[in-house]
Amino acid sequence: METSEIRAVVREYILKEFLPGEDPEALTDDLQLVSGRILDSLATLRVVAFLEEKFGFEFEAHEVGVQNLDSIDLMVKFVEEKKR
Amino acid sequence: MQLLWQYLSASAKRRPDHKAIEDPGRGEIAYAALDALTDRIRDRLRALGVTPGDRVGLCLRKSIDSVAVIFGAQKCGAVHVPVDSTGPGERIAYIFRDCAVRVAVVERERAEELRALLPEQTALLVLDLSDADPSADLPIVRALDLAGAAPSTGASHPSNPDDLAYILYTSGSTGLPKGVMLTQRNACVFVDWCSDTFAPRDDDRFSSHAPFHFDLSVLDIYLPLKHGATLVLISEQVGKDPVGMAALIAERRLTCWYSAPSILSLLCQFGHLERRDYSSLRLILFAGEVFPVRYLRELMGLIPAPRYWNLYGPTETNVCTAYEIPKSFPEDRTDPFPIGQACAHYAARVVDTDGRNVPRGSEGELWIGGSGVMQGYWNLPERNADVFRVDEGGATWYRTGDVVIDPGDGEFIFRGRRDRMVKKRGYRIELGEIESGLIRHPSVREAAVIATTDADGGVRIRAFLGAGEEKLSIIKLKQFCAEHLLAYMIPDEFTVLPTLPKTSTDKTDYQALKAIP
Repeated sequence: METSEIRAVVREYILKEFLPGEDPEALTDDLQLVSGRILDSLATLRVVAFLEEKFGFEFEAHEVGVQNLDSIDLMVKFVEEKKR
Repeated sequence: MQLLWQYLSASAKRRPDHKAIEDPGRGEIAYAALDALTDRIRDRLRALGVTPGDRVGLCLRKSIDSVAVIFGAQKCGAVHVPVDSTGPGERIAYIFRDCAVRVAVVERERAEELRALLPEQTALLVLDLSDADPSADLPIVRALDLAGAAPSTGASHPSNPDDLAYILYTSGSTGLPKGVMLTQRNACVFVDWCSDTFAPRDDDRFSSHAPFHFDLSVLDIYLPLKHGATLVLISEQVGKDPVGMAALIAERRLTCWYSAPSILSLLCQFGHLERRDYSSLRLILFAGEVFPVRYLRELMGLIPAPRYWNLYGPTETNVCTAYEIPKSFPEDRTDPFPIGQACAHYAARVVDTDGRNVPRGSEGELWIGGSGVMQGYWNLPERNADVFRVDEGGATWYRTGDVVIDPGDGEFIFRGRRDRMVKKRGYRIELGEIESGLIRHPSVREAAVIATTDADGGVRIRAFLGAGEEKLSIIKLKQFCAEHLLAYMIPDEFTVLPTLPKTSTDKTDYQALKAIP
């Protein structure tokens, strides 16, 4: 899957699940989602479950954190690393 | 009657070298050392002007230090007031001002902000909790040493059991939190009931999952320390992470677990419980909300050995009814389990709107009377007059606002609320408090909040905002909420409308809002 496709899938999921009604352009790729408290802890877990299922890999315990989940950019980068 | 701090001192005499508290990754402390440390904190607080009956505020993340400060405050006869240290500064400062704390013990990160928000006469004792080096002294020890505290000389205050022990602030419908006042006796009769019911052993290892401003922590802190057992702290970070939590329970060989059901549901769904050994667990307690039977069944399948208990009670009474979940129940059961019978130190009535007992099998409001009921809300006489009722026989009853039914066997079944309070992840939330927070947004003209239940039985908070022609960014709204509301109060969903629907009397039409998909 191309980077742009991964990005589109992740963006669509976050908009639909956690920001219904938001202008898609307001969700920038570097917006801090976890540290900016856009996503709470339960929402973060749902993102993890979604990424695992959608892209067919498993997070290790230490990988579930802001370093990989705080923005769309970080999520896309992490998915690509795991898929490599 | 033994007071709360005397539990610790008695255990320190009996088992001085036994581990009292473990803070995984950050340190541990034995009974004698903890008792001596709390003496030094008592002396330090006295030196800062604290006298019996004074309030001491705690804005600290969970740590050995925060437990020690709680006992240190009690040893000088003070009333401790724990708050959510991750909450908005203005909320914390409101609470500390409302009950006029003499000293606020705060972590370094919040010190500057709170100093600016608190009156000058409130003294601050600042702890640097950022240092996670387990080999270093505890932050409280460093703070005491920096202040040049002399070795302990004084004696602890021989409180009367009817003196206040602590004030727990809960969500208030007016937008301002209200302080529930609880005495030493209120807490001790509950802890004693736990002793009789759960028979703790001195080799037990208890979880401390709930934050200290949440009433579940009363059992967590005092029950193990009374019995000379070990308290294992679950940090806020690990407490939200089911994988880390599942690992900790297994690796630290916990024997007793207590949390809100939603935490246990999370462990079930995301904790990979099948991968580890949980044979040390002998007791799993939950309280604060309804446990969806689907996840309870799954959990009991994965961890079958322990006894499971559903505990019920508002902060005003702590646990007042309890129900032990049977070892097996029909596969197709979906009805939540009862909240159970009144605990031994309580009496319960189910009444109609005129305060008359309803016949068995009918719904009514649950009233609770007994030695565990709070003294009232801090500085809210009108609210107190409303929640307490004295019957013809002179007995005082606390009106819980919860609607229950006694099907005939005395095991109460919870049916809902009379008012607009909901429980989310065990925390109680007055929807009015969220509305008051939202209306402070400069572009929001009207705000209405409703709670719905999702497919898994969890609560979803939906906010409806009237903003005229203005277009509001959901992201910006969430950021605004993060600054003005506690994390669990932030709505899950926002709907922005030009104006909110109205009833014929021009009030917000909540029924119409509920119909909006």
